[in-house]
Amino acid sequence: MIDFELTPEEQAMIDAAHKEALEVVRPISRYYDEHEHESPKDFIEQQWQQQAQGGGSILGLGVGASLRILENCWGDAGLMLVAPSSGLGGAAILASGTQEQQANFLKRFGEGEPKWGAMAMTEPGAGSDTAAIQTTAVLDTETNEWVLNGEKIFITGGQRSMESDGLVVVWATVDRTAGRAGMKPFVVEAGTPGATIDKVENKLGIRASDTATLILDNCRIPYENILGSPEVRRVDSSQTAGFKRAMATFDMTRPIIAAMALGVGRASLDFVRETLEKEGIPIRYGLPSHKLTAIERDVMEMEAAYKAALTLMLRATWMMSQFQPNSLEASMAKAKAGIVVAWITQKAVEMMGPLGYSRKYLLEKWMRDGKINDIFEGTGQINMLIVARRILDYTREELK
Amino acid sequence: MISFSPSEEQQMIVNMVKEFNNDHVRKVYRECDESGEIPANIIDTAWELGFIASSIPEEFQGFGGERSALTGTLIAEELAWGDLSMAMHILCPALVAMPVVEMGTDEQKKQYLPSFCGDKFKVATSALIEPRFDFDPAELQTTAKRANGGYILSGEKCYVPLAADADLLLVYANEGGNTQGFLIEKGTPGLEIAEREKNMGIKALATYELSLKDCKVPKENRLGGDAGCDFNRIYNLSRVALSAMAVGVGRAAFEYARDYAKERHAFGEPIASRQAIAFMLAEMAIDIDATRLMTWEAAWKLDRNEDATKEASLAKMYADDMAINVTNNAVQVLGGHGYIREHPVELWFRNGRGFATFDGMAIV
Ligand SMILES: Cc1cc2nc3c(=O)[nH]c(=O)nc-3n(C[C@H](O)[C@H](O)[C@H](O)COP(=O)(O)OP(=O)(O)OC[C@H]3O[C@@H](n4cnc5c(N)ncnc54)[C@H](O)[C@@H]3O)c2cc1C
Ligand SMILES: Cc1cc2nc3c(=O)[nH]c(=O)nc-3n(C[C@H](O)[C@H](O)[C@H](O)COP(=O)(O)OP(=O)(O)OC[C@H]3O[C@@H](n4cnc5c(N)ncnc54)[C@H](O)[C@@H]3O)c2cc1C
Repeated sequence: MIDFELTPEEQAMIDAAHKEALEVVRPISRYYDEHEHESPKDFIEQQWQQQAQGGGSILGLGVGASLRILENCWGDAGLMLVAPSSGLGGAAILASGTQEQQANFLKRFGEGEPKWGAMAMTEPGAGSDTAAIQTTAVLDTETNEWVLNGEKIFITGGQRSMESDGLVVVWATVDRTAGRAGMKPFVVEAGTPGATIDKVENKLGIRASDTATLILDNCRIPYENILGSPEVRRVDSSQTAGFKRAMATFDMTRPIIAAMALGVGRASLDFVRETLEKEGIPIRYGLPSHKLTAIERDVMEMEAAYKAALTLMLRATWMMSQFQPNSLEASMAKAKAGIVVAWITQKAVEMMGPLGYSRKYLLEKWMRDGKINDIFEGTGQINMLIVARRILDYTREELK
Repeated sequence: MISFSPSEEQQMIVNMVKEFNNDHVRKVYRECDESGEIPANIIDTAWELGFIASSIPEEFQGFGGERSALTGTLIAEELAWGDLSMAMHILCPALVAMPVVEMGTDEQKKQYLPSFCGDKFKVATSALIEPRFDFDPAELQTTAKRANGGYILSGEKCYVPLAADADLLLVYANEGGNTQGFLIEKGTPGLEIAEREKNMGIKALATYELSLKDCKVPKENRLGGDAGCDFNRIYNLSRVALSAMAVGVGRAAFEYARDYAKERHAFGEPIASRQAIAFMLAEMAIDIDATRLMTWEAAWKLDRNEDATKEASLAKMYADDMAINVTNNAVQVLGGHGYIREHPVELWFRNGRGFATFDGMAIV
């Protein structure tokens, strides 16, 4: 049965997240935007307590969890990424690890001091084209260890992962000549010799979140830290197991990124609506278009675009919760939400004039924050490529 | 609990419509657009599928199925995928039947509903749109004035489907600032049906202008009697129906363009393997899906008897844009061939442009 009603539990979870966003997050939002590399210690501690109680990853797999994340990002998308959790690293371990690895690597996120997990795919010479990564993993048969060498950039939470007792899932190739078939994920735990944080970026937005460079210099990790099989199967590239696993992770995380985008988008929309309401300007739904004011039309177009992305996101997450393959729908949601959040936030700044551009309010910040959703976890174009390949039933060779 | 899967029964109905489309509609729709005629056997076959009788309670000779706007959107999308003119023709009687089912007085139900449950297509229609650029359904120029215990209606209407053959019309008029509906039977003095309209699209659907010249209507014929009707709800049911139809038309155009793009070679490879074409198709697919989901949400709210003005109007606004963008892109993907009437994309483009105009011409 087609149904749009949330369960009481889901609603309660969303309400709680909204309250926290309003009361805890919003008051510190501006400060950590202006103090880029400072850590929000109280916030981290409080989030850690909460999540240790809930036990585990931010990547809940259901509709409720996605809407909770939406509320978190309505509060602050940067701070949401700072909340200690296994993050994208945890998602990769869940997608590709054995039961034993999952237990081994993820247990720490429910106990002790705050910890973070991260995922490192991007390199200076390989962003969208993930298959071009140069980082290598070589098995030292004498010690039965993998030896990693390379440079990973733009790792969300990379610094906090390595400076807490956390971990980073690093994508490396065991055989450069094998292309995608040679790509494997490896768990690099904090404190491993040869793995060092080299740089933390200064960014346009989501400044509370650290975006780090990780240098791997003869970094040795135990054999068991490879996720999935070490075997290199030379088959048609898009069918290879290692690569498929990376993509499976993205199918899980892309709807979440869409939810994050929507949180920032709704924050901006709410700002616009509340400002107009204060000025006594109503939004009259249901009027013929020739009777609408330009402001009403703008707001309605923003709301319609928001709804379009929201329903696509809900469908993708719902499919995930039903264990249905959702690669197409996840990319549709991500592509749409990325475009929509960039547009809504920019439009809101434009509409609100001096209020929009001023750092006295958060609107300009949301425009800077929102843009990231059209870039990471596959740029808008890369997600369009995925959608196009799926609808055309094309391989990556047929549509580059 | 949030879910996006239609029920088994809904899926069965959708499959039935798909079959009907493939066996009947898609075999002739092109010719119908050229000739302006829909073969009677298609309308009869569709009538036998019982789209309208199924939502009419058994006490009025209907099948007594559950009335659901959501199921209605699934049917409307699928029928419009087959052909928009035929979809509007087939569902035209619902323009009267559904408002009577929901808001009619007991007498009105008894008097009119059984006639929608017979063996033959019941020609009934409704008149809402007026021939002016600033038409506003909430401030109609057609007026209904009380006189001698009844009403006198005057005004002009257009885009009234099947008006010439209809024996029952639901005419909307401005009664003291509110939009109300009046059931008018064929031959009522003052009701004058003009010649058939000539439109850019939906050419197989017979639509008419009509005028009401001091047309006397008994007070019992006011929809809902003394209580009147909730026009806002009727209008939202219409927005949802039209949005669903826009999805059907968009999907038809998208599928055709997608298949063509894989076949057509230029510069040594299928045009679909160029991002300029592939991204256009991807965007079309995304907006079609988004419109469908928004439409479902609005229909779902209507089924819960909640006010869905915001959801339905946003969905319709999105659907209007989607319909024209998607069908325009479909023509573009076919290049010069898209401009030629051998291919159907130009038909969908002409039909797609209409959604911003089609007000109240379908209902779920
Ligand atoms: C704040 C932040 C956090 C990040 N976090 C992480 C993280 O945690 N882990 C991680 O591994 N990475 C992370 N990234 C990296 C991010 O995933 C990449 O930046 C992104 O995938 C794009 O890669 P690129 O920057 O190299 O751009 P490029 O790949 O160089 O792309 C440049 C432009 O070309 C377009 N383009 C590229 N290929 C094609 C194509 N085939 N067709 C059409 N257009 C194309 C792109 O869409 C883009 O517009 C993060 C980035 C940022 C900014
Ligand atoms: C009414 C009419 C009058 C005409 N008059 C004349 C005339 O007098 N003389 C004459 O010679 N021709 C004439 N034409 C033909 C017209 O110039 C062609 O239709 C036009 O050049 C497109 O070619 P096509 O139809 O084969 O489309 P295709 O080349 O098949 O293109 C199909 C689609 O693919 C796109 N596409 C193709 N290649 C690429 C690429 N490399 N990258 C991205 N996208 C691509 C196109 O933009 C288009 O959207 C006429 C056409 C019409 C409809």
